[in-house]
Amino acid sequence: MEVIKSLEKDRSNLIKAIQMVQEEYGYISDKSIENISEYFGIPTVEVEGVLSFYAQFKRTAPGEYKIAVCDGTACHIKGSSRVKNWLVEDLGIDDGETTEDGLFSMETVACLGCCSLAPVVSINGKVYGKLDREKLLKIIDDYRNRGEN
Amino acid sequence: MIERIKVGMASCGIAAGADEVKDFLDQKLKDREDIEILEVGCIGHCYAEPLVEVETESGSVFFENVEPTEEYLDKILEIDKESTMSFRDERTGREHLKVTKLAGRIDPVSLQEYIENGGYESLKKVAKMSPDKIVEEVKTSGLRGRGGGGFPTGLKWSFLASKEADKKILICNADEGDPGAFMDRSMMESVPHQVIEGMLIAALATGSNELFIYARAEYPLAVKNMNIAIEQVYDSDINVFDGETIDVTVKEGAGAFVCGEETAMIHSLEGNRGNPRYRPPYPTDEGYKGHPTLINNVETFANVPIIFEEGGEKYAELGTENSKGTKLFALAGDLKYAGLVEVPMGLTIGEVVYDMGGAERGEVKAVQIGGPSGGCIPAKHFDVPIDYDSLESLGAIMGSGGLIVIGSGRCMVETARYFLEFTTKESCGKCTFCRIGTKRMLETLERITSGEGTLEDIDFLEDLGPKVIDASLCGLGQTAPNPVLSTLRYFKDEYLAHVEDKHCPALQCNDLVDIYLDQEICIECGQCIKNCPVDAISDDFVVDNETCTRCNTCIEVCPVDAISRVKRGDTNE
Ligand SMILES: Cc1cc2nc3c(=O)[nH]c(=O)nc-3n(C[C@H](O)[C@H](O)[C@H](O)COP(=O)(O)O)c2cc1C
Ligand code: SF4
Ligand code: SF4
Ligand code: SF4
Ligand code: FES
Ligand code: FES
Repeated sequence: MEVIKSLEKDRSNLIKAIQMVQEEYGYISDKSIENISEYFGIPTVEVEGVLSFYAQFKRTAPGEYKIAVCDGTACHIKGSSRVKNWLVEDLGIDDGETTEDGLFSMETVACLGCCSLAPVVSINGKVYGKLDREKLLKIIDDYRNRGEN
Repeated sequence: MIERIKVGMASCGIAAGADEVKDFLDQKLKDREDIEILEVGCIGHCYAEPLVEVETESGSVFFENVEPTEEYLDKILEIDKESTMSFRDERTGREHLKVTKLAGRIDPVSLQEYIENGGYESLKKVAKMSPDKIVEEVKTSGLRGRGGGGFPTGLKWSFLASKEADKKILICNADEGDPGAFMDRSMMESVPHQVIEGMLIAALATGSNELFIYARAEYPLAVKNMNIAIEQVYDSDINVFDGETIDVTVKEGAGAFVCGEETAMIHSLEGNRGNPRYRPPYPTDEGYKGHPTLINNVETFANVPIIFEEGGEKYAELGTENSKGTKLFALAGDLKYAGLVEVPMGLTIGEVVYDMGGAERGEVKAVQIGGPSGGCIPAKHFDVPIDYDSLESLGAIMGSGGLIVIGSGRCMVETARYFLEFTTKESCGKCTFCRIGTKRMLETLERITSGEGTLEDIDFLEDLGPKVIDASLCGLGQTAPNPVLSTLRYFKDEYLAHVEDKHCPALQCNDLVDIYLDQEICIECGQCIKNCPVDAISDDFVVDNETCTRCNTCIEVCPVDAISRVKRGDTNE
């Protein structure tokens, strides 16, 4: 495991290691679990047990553009369920899914810390706030076209 | 003469477009060597983002909602007085900037600027004091934990200080789990050195030698700024005392709310699943890898340098009998001036919500305070002072500082359902009552919001809530029913309307609502038909409510507001 070889082989670095692998590959494959387990000398089931506990870790490949729909309190009050619906309609995928072309994936998350701009989504970490339907669909379209070019 | 131009580049500033503004200014002013352009953190006026401060020899002016255009550039360069932002007295007259006094005013990742503004002076003072004296001073200040529980900080420190051990651990709780709060993010992004200074003071007071900052996964900029600040601290030996280095490390969480709980956080840091465990033993007796461990919140640590700057007694002058100093609140929801405010303890909720936040009197139903562990306080109690005890007497808690204004158009049953859904998802599953009990409560709430609830369901919630509280091991389960119980206490009429009249008074619960197109108002533009995702609107402008998913798209696109949500069955008026 190239990406984690800078880490000290201490159990307390396990989560860090999983994060680094996900950062590199976008998700955690069975192979990655084996590699991590070998690196730390921890059984694979235990690595799986730890990673399944944390919402951040993905076991399937996400889209090229990862959309996080905020459903924190402020965004919920300001209509995050509608924001999600607009995306479901536009992309044809639901929470946790990836579009067939692999371009977009979507998940709901709790609070991106920009509550004052609610409702917000983030795409690959960039936050877009004060969304209405038109604004959101335009943002998605821009990404889509970026993909085509 | 312009000396410096500062662009507010905390996460929310960037989300509002501050990075484009900064790039534009950099580009346009690249030949102006006399003007320095600086990225700063957050001054808390989120509603005005992107926000630009222009420093001149005669003081600062601010520009709000700046766009990356020549027009704004001209205004900024001319310091066009007409266009500068005016700070409202309703806010400035009430806020008390102590903990956030440097936030958004200095370069967050400049050690030099922090020091020039008095930074690390408190640490220097403390380094000459005995540990007992340091703890004593914090006790005198009356500081209580800002992470939600409100435990006296000095007392907590004394527990760890009295332990004999080679290794003691200090953890900064930067997990900021309340979904709708951003005080800690803002502090770490804006004044990371202040948080570190507080931690180092705590380390000297308690004899700790290994320090962790456990930061929320969704906060990349906070993590980045904390890491830069830590590197500077190492480079300048600020964390070296009598030849001994105190180690400081940032650890990123991985998206589990329960890891905000102390014992769960320790398990997570050890590389395990974040399950809480029974206390005692308390972390100060047995914590991270068995070492005595103390956990404080970001804002708690950020208060510490202030205490030693002005002295514990002076610090304790501000606030109320049992709640000293200031509190940060993240104001969001149905109000005009969303943002971060720092207010003295004892201010009333009304002052914060109406005066500082600009929410309309009469348009506000309640505030939600304390997130999933907290409660809703109805507008009729807005004269209550913000302090630990008063809020608790209302069935809410101070919480960590999330303050969500709920406008009159929102449904309180749905709000309660929302929080239960959150806690059900986040329960670690160890205790039956927390795992199954919250799930049963959620199902019951879902029945009510979908119009299938009964009066027995309401009784069931009132009965099960306290049981979940009693039979849960950790704070998550012990507080999960609060949003339900507090809305039942103050908004029972809304529950009853859902159950008895099958009516959502706020017209929010989709199953109890129809979509009505008023042909008297309609100008037959066809926008609604074109945009409806499920073709629920006929060519002669009638909504088929069987097909309609209540997505609201038609309401948003109609130019003349001819379409509205009505009580289910009320479409023929
Ligand atoms: C489920 C749960 C989540 C919590 N989340 C946080 C959090 O996000 N931030 C925080 O500072 N404290 C949180 N706490 C409280 C901490 O366990 C702890 O009391 C606090 O960090 C102590 O610091 P303080 O005394 O400075 O407030 C949480 C507690 C529970 C039970
Ligand atoms: S109360 Fe809930 S979150 Fe806490 S330990 Fe029990 S099951 Fe886990
Ligand atoms: S609410 Fe949505 S589904 Fe229903 S009629 Fe309007 S656009 Fe169509
Ligand atoms: S959008 Fe409004 S005005 Fe246009 S056809 Fe629909 S109801 Fe009529
Ligand atoms: S609630 Fe959405 S950003 Fe905080
Ligand atoms: S202006 Fe900083 S939190 Fe919004």
